[in-house]
Amino acid sequence: MQDDGRMFSMKRRDLLRMIGMSAGAAAMYQAMSSLGLAAESSFKGSPTLQGAPGNTSVLILGAGIAGMVAAYELRQAGYKVQVLEYNQRAGGRNWSLRGGDRFTELGGFSQHCQFDDGCYLNPGPWRLPYHHHGILSYCKKLGVQLEPFVQVNHNAYVHSASAFGGKPQRYRTINTDYRGHVAELLAKSTQQGKLDETVSKEDQEKLLESLRDWGALDKNFAYSSGIASSNRRGFDKDPGGGLSARPVPSTPIALDELLGSRLWSALSAGEIYEFQTSLFQPVGGMGRIGEAFGRALDGVIRYGAKVTAIQQDAHGVSVSYEDAGKHGSTHKAHADWCICTIPLSILSQIPMNVSAPMAAAISAVPYAASVKVGLQFKRRFWEEDEHIYGGITYTDLPIATIGYPSSGFHSSGKGVLLGAYIWGLNAFEFTAMTPAQRIQKALEYGSQIHPQYHREFETGVAVGWHRSPFTMGCFGLWSDDTRAKHYDNLCQIDGRIALAGEHASYLPAWQEGAVTSALDVIERIHRRAVAEARA
Amino acid sequence: MKIHRLLTTFLYLGLLSHATTLHAQSSDNTTHTQSSPGFADGKAVFEHICQGCHMPDAKGATGAGSYPALTGNPRLVSAAYMAAVILHGRRDMPSFIQTGDSGPLENSRLNDTQIADVINYVRTHFGNHYADRITAQEVAGMHP
Repeated sequence: MQDDGRMFSMKRRDLLRMIGMSAGAAAMYQAMSSLGLAAESSFKGSPTLQGAPGNTSVLILGAGIAGMVAAYELRQAGYKVQVLEYNQRAGGRNWSLRGGDRFTELGGFSQHCQFDDGCYLNPGPWRLPYHHHGILSYCKKLGVQLEPFVQVNHNAYVHSASAFGGKPQRYRTINTDYRGHVAELLAKSTQQGKLDETVSKEDQEKLLESLRDWGALDKNFAYSSGIASSNRRGFDKDPGGGLSARPVPSTPIALDELLGSRLWSALSAGEIYEFQTSLFQPVGGMGRIGEAFGRALDGVIRYGAKVTAIQQDAHGVSVSYEDAGKHGSTHKAHADWCICTIPLSILSQIPMNVSAPMAAAISAVPYAASVKVGLQFKRRFWEEDEHIYGGITYTDLPIATIGYPSSGFHSSGKGVLLGAYIWGLNAFEFTAMTPAQRIQKALEYGSQIHPQYHREFETGVAVGWHRSPFTMGCFGLWSDDTRAKHYDNLCQIDGRIALAGEHASYLPAWQEGAVTSALDVIERIHRRAVAEARA
Repeated sequence: MKIHRLLTTFLYLGLLSHATTLHAQSSDNTTHTQSSPGFADGKAVFEHICQGCHMPDAKGATGAGSYPALTGNPRLVSAAYMAAVILHGRRDMPSFIQTGDSGPLENSRLNDTQIADVINYVRTHFGNHYADRITAQEVAGMHP
């Protein structure tokens, strides 16, 4: 039995490696999902912490999602809870910028958001996968209303500056043509007997039938211009009524042009587990979750507190902090236990007496660069002119992404686009710009896809995460090596201190990582506290 | 263990790949290639990357934590120290060493000439007046 199991897992590994090499990460992820390896969130409901010892206190550093989940649950269990937060608001990276908000980034560059009512930019997370049960459960508990987030929109664009003369293509046509051509090729191979060794005659019939269905092939198993393909890729003239009723089918793009465009590489994003339908967003902006937590924890959170030192002894933890912006003003907070959710980018600079392995872990994780730009336009031209309602355009321009709002459809008012969502080298470069330059660049590039930008633009905001005073980076960028060396050491309870946050999870950058790491750590702290009270 | 590694690799790539598949091909700077940014000199490297955190005046910045100033900073006395930090990263600062892997951040890495150039630029600007120079060969010698 054991040998059989090992054989299977060997083969499974090889299969995964093969898929990974030939089709990229998205396909690998899909394959893993079907093999049961890409697990759902570990969330199994919020823990019921029974028998909290009386008069036991927990000091929580950071009022982001992790810190507030911990505070919410521990208070409910009967612990005395206090939270220190650097910002003047709750939420951390759970954050929406709306009209009237001011944001001053590191270096002193200040922005005053001029968006209209109902418009916003989520500089951080902007979508909630349906299987992120933890964060969704807190939306329910806190009464945060959700609405659908559109990820895949067949009428949005895939775009490359160097393909089709820079003209954006509808996702629908590229997706249909790619599938159609692949289906036709495979059908030909089947009919020419090239699969005889691997597929039985009986199965070949089924395969052909499935390829016709999957690829919208015609009766001869060809991918051709006609009703079948146009029903997927769209018509040159849509069917209508009356004398002008007759539809005009469209003509597929030739295979070599399609492959050369590389636009097929933008097709699979929506098939990644975390981007599969259904996705949600809070009505009014992602920041509604942090705001609701802040209200629920009214009186528990001290805002504007900059932690300067964390010291523990056998009995408890003392934290020194200043009023943010007032260097030299020293305060102290004390508790039996401390849950620290401060991003490692900042925590690695704060004096703290933890064990050498945890200290090494805290200093081992670089932070990813990322930039988002929100652009307000006088009218929703993407809906009015181009019939794009929500969803995402992917481009190889430095802006990488244009996100269309998933709410307010068909309204005649203004709208805010996510005009850039950038990673990697271009994120470094956009971070190095002033906010005004980032907006200018997002307009320049975006207008190659939507020429309406020039006439319709009103105002924008831009956030480069390395300039964020409260995170100094976007999220903890673990590698295989650093995880192997440091991850467990980071997550251990060290004396009376434990860490939580997306950086202490296998769901980097996702709010679900923050939630599940917080729930994991409070259960462990609770067990320790109960054991200590009994001793 | 192997499966475990594959999974972590994916989580890392999966998060970024959707945003970078198409994205890798063009850039704000037309001299960039897919494998390396094409900054012409140390000034360009500083202005396109370093000043994101160390700020345009190289004075660093302070929020909940700090980015160190690259002016009046005694650590700049050692060009080799600066090269080590740029090559290998330090705390939250990412490593800029070119490893030849095909990871999503490989195109953000700097070659040894660019690293030497930016060190020499910083050590002779922003009020710094160090006379010694580091060469690309010396930076190359610091690769593991």
